[in-house]
Amino acid sequence: MTDALIIAGTALSSRLFVGTAGYPNQQVLLDCLDASGAEIVTVSIRRISLEGYAESLVDLLGGRYRLLPNTAGCATVRDAVLTAELAREALETDWVKLELIGDRETLYPDVEQLVRAAEELVGSGFTVLPYCNEDPVTCQKLADVGCAAVMPLGSLIGSGMGIANPAAIELICSRSSVPVVLDAGIGTASDAALAMELGCDAVLANTAIAKSHDPLRMAAAMRAGVEGGRLARLAGRIPKRRFAEPSSPQLGLIGS
Amino acid sequence: MARVRVNGVEEEIAAGTVAELLAARGVDASARFLAVAVNGTVVRRSEWPSRPLSPGDDVEIVRPFSGG
Repeated sequence: MTDALIIAGTALSSRLFVGTAGYPNQQVLLDCLDASGAEIVTVSIRRISLEGYAESLVDLLGGRYRLLPNTAGCATVRDAVLTAELAREALETDWVKLELIGDRETLYPDVEQLVRAAEELVGSGFTVLPYCNEDPVTCQKLADVGCAAVMPLGSLIGSGMGIANPAAIELICSRSSVPVVLDAGIGTASDAALAMELGCDAVLANTAIAKSHDPLRMAAAMRAGVEGGRLARLAGRIPKRRFAEPSSPQLGLIGS
Repeated sequence: MARVRVNGVEEEIAAGTVAELLAARGVDASARFLAVAVNGTVVRRSEWPSRPLSPGDDVEIVRPFSGG
């Protein structure tokens, strides 16, 4: 059964995107990426140390995964656009996970600047996947300016609080003209499964894996959660009802 | 000598081009995944040997790191 996720004409075999930050060491990261089955992994773009040049993480990942650079930490359109352009030059990809942060404490997106930056980058030929608020109007605006997908937050980045507003995520999924990748807030495998059951096309997880007690197991759990949630979504859940509905036959009960 | 900003730090450099600046800082310009911008505009790798640096230029030298 093929169930490829297609973003900007590219077929992806895995619906789990995995971030590369915060693992105990590089070997655990590599093992986790392997266990997760991820095809897309995210990286940041940062100033090099002018003190010395060490082997890059990307040297280890390049070729094995599709690297998705982010603009994490950028707070202005100018910085986000320049970071995306540097990423394109460094990684030879026009895909970018666009982050435009409006508040350092909550890391909430600055929607107004985000839409402007997205529009500018789309105009420059980028395939833009914006990290955004879980708000159908914002997601629609981002799709309208040409984003290839939208990445609404489940809850605050790194919080592990799961999907704070499942109704909003479900609404976004039901209306979106582009794939929906749930980003941020995933705490454990059931959160990822829920995202998929609500209709998300993919899930991005990082901290939930990297900071778990056993990252390798959690990477496998996330993979299973995403796959289970996707299958359940395709199968279609039964409607919820207020009262019991016996599953065993009513006839032939002894003593009746 | 020119006073420029390199990754946010002001300094005097003797280098006349982007390539010379990288060499002076011990950065292997043939290393993969490097990118450079001057004054907010990306300078393609092929232009590093010829792109001159002038006093007041703002140079960013970046590479990918781990990220979410």
